Amino acid sequence: MNEVVLEARGLTKHYRRGARAVEDVSLVLRRGRVTALVGESGSGKSTVAKLLARLVPATSGEILLRGEKPGRFREYCRSVQMIFQDPFASLNPVHRIRYTLTRPLKIHRRSETPEQLLEAVQLPADFLDRYPHELSGGQRQRVAIARALAAQPSVLLADEPVSMLDVSIRLGVLNLLRDLKERLHLAVLYITHDIASARYFADETFVMYGGQVVEGGDSETVTQHPAHPYTQLLIASAPDPDRPATSTPTPLGEPPSLGSPPDGCRFSPRCPQATPRCWTDAPPRCSLGDGHWAACWLYEEVVA
Amino acid sequence: MNAKTRAGLALLGFFGLIAVVGPWIAPYDPSAMGPDLLQPPSGAHWFGTTMTGQDVFSQVLVGTRGVLVVGLVAGVLATVLSIVIGVSAGFLGGAADELLSALSNIFLVVPALPLIIIVASFLPDSGDLLIAVVISLTAWAWGARVLRAQTLSLRNRDYVLAARATGERTWRLIVFEVLPNLTAVIASGFVGTVIFAVLLEITLSFIGVASISNWNWGTVLFWAQSNQALSQGAWWWFVPAGLCIAFLGTALALVNFGIDEYANPRLRSAGRGKVGFTPVERS
Amino acid sequence: MRFLLRRTVFYLVTAWAAITVNFLLPRLLPGDPVQAMITRFQGRLSGDAVQSLYVLFGLDQNTSVLEQYLSYWGNLLTGDLGLSFTFFPTPVSEVLGQSMPWTLGLMGVTTVISFGLGTVIGVYAGWRRGTWVDALVPVTTFFSAIPYFWLGLIAIAVFAVNWQVFPAAGGYPAGMEPGFSGEFAGAVLYHAVLPAVTIVVSSVAGWILGMRNMMVTVSAEDYVLVAHAKGLSQRRVMISYAARNAILPSVSGFALSLGFVVGGTLLVEMVFSYPGIGYVLFQGVNAKDYPLMQGVFLVVTLAVLVANLLADVGYLLLDPRTRREAW
Ligand SMILES: Nc1ncnc2c1ncn2[C@@H]1O[C@H](COP(=O)(O)OP(=O)(O)OP(=O)(O)O)[C@@H](O)[C@H]1O
Ligand SMILES: [Mg+2]
Repeated sequence: MNEVVLEARGLTKHYRRGARAVEDVSLVLRRGRVTALVGESGSGKSTVAKLLARLVPATSGEILLRGEKPGRFREYCRSVQMIFQDPFASLNPVHRIRYTLTRPLKIHRRSETPEQLLEAVQLPADFLDRYPHELSGGQRQRVAIARALAAQPSVLLADEPVSMLDVSIRLGVLNLLRDLKERLHLAVLYITHDIASARYFADETFVMYGGQVVEGGDSETVTQHPAHPYTQLLIASAPDPDRPATSTPTPLGEPPSLGSPPDGCRFSPRCPQATPRCWTDAPPRCSLGDGHWAACWLYEEVVA
Repeated sequence: MNAKTRAGLALLGFFGLIAVVGPWIAPYDPSAMGPDLLQPPSGAHWFGTTMTGQDVFSQVLVGTRGVLVVGLVAGVLATVLSIVIGVSAGFLGGAADELLSALSNIFLVVPALPLIIIVASFLPDSGDLLIAVVISLTAWAWGARVLRAQTLSLRNRDYVLAARATGERTWRLIVFEVLPNLTAVIASGFVGTVIFAVLLEITLSFIGVASISNWNWGTVLFWAQSNQALSQGAWWWFVPAGLCIAFLGTALALVNFGIDEYANPRLRSAGRGKVGFTPVERS
Repeated sequence: MRFLLRRTVFYLVTAWAAITVNFLLPRLLPGDPVQAMITRFQGRLSGDAVQSLYVLFGLDQNTSVLEQYLSYWGNLLTGDLGLSFTFFPTPVSEVLGQSMPWTLGLMGVTTVISFGLGTVIGVYAGWRRGTWVDALVPVTTFFSAIPYFWLGLIAIAVFAVNWQVFPAAGGYPAGMEPGFSGEFAGAVLYHAVLPAVTIVVSSVAGWILGMRNMMVTVSAEDYVLVAHAKGLSQRRVMISYAARNAILPSVSGFALSLGFVVGGTLLVEMVFSYPGIGYVLFQGVNAKDYPLMQGVFLVVTLAVLVANLLADVGYLLLDPRTRREAW
């Protein structure tokens, strides 16, 4: 197994207005490996990324960087960098690309030039004197990646890096990320709502529902043999050319209210296999072998 | 830039020019008494003369500088105050925000004119600069309120978070990421404050609170009023100064519309003869 | 109700701040106003009056600042604002009591008229944007840039001196005894015309511009487009959809600009020698009558705070969504 770079233990975030966005999330990111975090809109994925980047303070839980409690933010962000979901919002419209790329180089005293950064993300150097509004979405996202690389981080948190992009250029950006990961031995957290791309891109996959991680394991196993009813529904509702369309997939229904989540399993109101117990008691993590696990009462016997 | 804004800038430039060269091109010493008492406008005295034979035209010319200097100084001071207080409140949030917002709201509701009148009359000497400072102390709150609201909407933008994630310090986030996006709001607040300051200064001079030894348009009106220019029908004594105030105020307001329309494209009146708001063809 | 509670606490804090500033000003600023006043009145001040002045301004060396502050509050709460020197030996509170009704009447009527008029014209101008009505914008801008007091001077010159159709000064004829007679009421109305028109003309422009801009902004909202798409008549869309939503910010702006309106009214009263608070303030300024000026400041500030509270209640009634945001 590769060395663990970043570890989150029991991360919890309750926003002030009462939204319980993230509840007891634990995960590890390893050097040279991609970990996917999959979930529907509003399940708390971005909040996890911002917690890991220490952009929002956690309500409870801890983060360990190379096994140690992180110190000052400047030191921390040198190792952990983030790419935002919306490239149209993550670049300040008043600054040229040159400014956006030069600042992190200065802050972290790196000797590279902004030209080299652009080259690393396969953009021509004359983009440096452009403003963000003069770039396409894909180009902007590449600039955002270049900015994140400037600090020479060991962890890259990519929050839905392609969801705002046109389908035709998604693959290009994903392949770029994969190349960079290989070359720089990055630990990558790949956040997505598209479980199919997790299979293609990630070594390991975690599935989030209503602020909690409900299933985790090897990407291949999680996507091909999903254990949690939610993951099964998620895969069934995603179009997959390999799988013949047998019947109309079960509708997913309404996402949960994070203000007052149900007692017991948060998925129970929508779960086709819910038992009375699911309504009252929160399920434990049940191991299914080979590092694959699911938080669901269905697998209690397997553990016992 | 549309015609309104251009007209405003041109007028403003004209008054700026007068402020610079006014004292040199004034035909008479504004305080010197002459033999022609209370004369209507003539070739020798374009705006007529006062009770004591002073030349009103020279008074208005010389007085322009005081008006603009006080307006600008008060505008700059108040704008700086409003940026420091409004942007900090919006960006820092929490207790700092509560405190600073309460402070600006207090300054907003307390009526400025009576407050300034008592402050100015307690001051032993009330020269132009002191008046400008006092005015700026009551004029910053509106701008601070607007800036706070704008900052609140900017501070959680992704680009601010992204800059923080690269390791930028808080003051750099405020100054280089948030402030540049507030330029239009700050500019329009500045112009608005200058209008407010000019009106207030002239008012104070007119009431006789500010020092009446410095010439400005308000002092001209003060002397006109205290010498019963009205009941003697000496319209030329108070009409020019008042028109100057109105034109200066209009110029500044027009410039401000330009800024507002630039910042809020919806205010631009697009196209001729459009009725209502939908681009529906009507017969 | 939490909203109103919050606002009330805020107004109380503001009132406290204004009163404390009033207390501190003569103590913080340099100079000896009492000495200046004694010289001005050249021995016409009684020993009592001089002593009360020293107490009022905190130049009484025998007491601590805290004691002074407490006795200042004690005096305030019993309505004792000191003695006026312009109207010596009338207490300031009595002078203010006599002039307050005039100001309230003049301001109340003109504010309602100008708000109503400005809103209606503003709605129309916003609706017809892009047509000749846009010419209204520079014209109203010009009028809003004219100082209230100067417009008053012009009004006097034209209608009182030149044509002599309206009186130039005062709230009622010099010889007339104030009373509740029809004759007196008529005279009061007659005297109020010029000041009232002056205030309305200079303040209406602000409402027109504000309302027009709100209309333009609101009219691009989706619900207005949808109303159009439903085929509702232009009039109906303008009044029931656009104007209704545009008027809310106008009402909250109303509360905020109250301080400004008060200032303007005070000025107009000065110009017309109208027997309200503004004219009293003017006389106080000219005579350096500090107790009177401070009394005016306090009374006007407290009145504005009460008016603001009323406007908040009105806003709450107009806007069923409880406002969370602490303005
Ligand atoms: N600043 C905030 N204040 C209060 N609630 C918030 C805040 N940010 C997010 N939330 C809430 O937290 C929950 C999780 O939001 P988050 O952005 O993490 O979801 P997400 O999984 O990234 O969704 P998406 O796929 O749409 O990006 C949502 O219910 C959201 O409303
Ligand atoms: Mg997200």
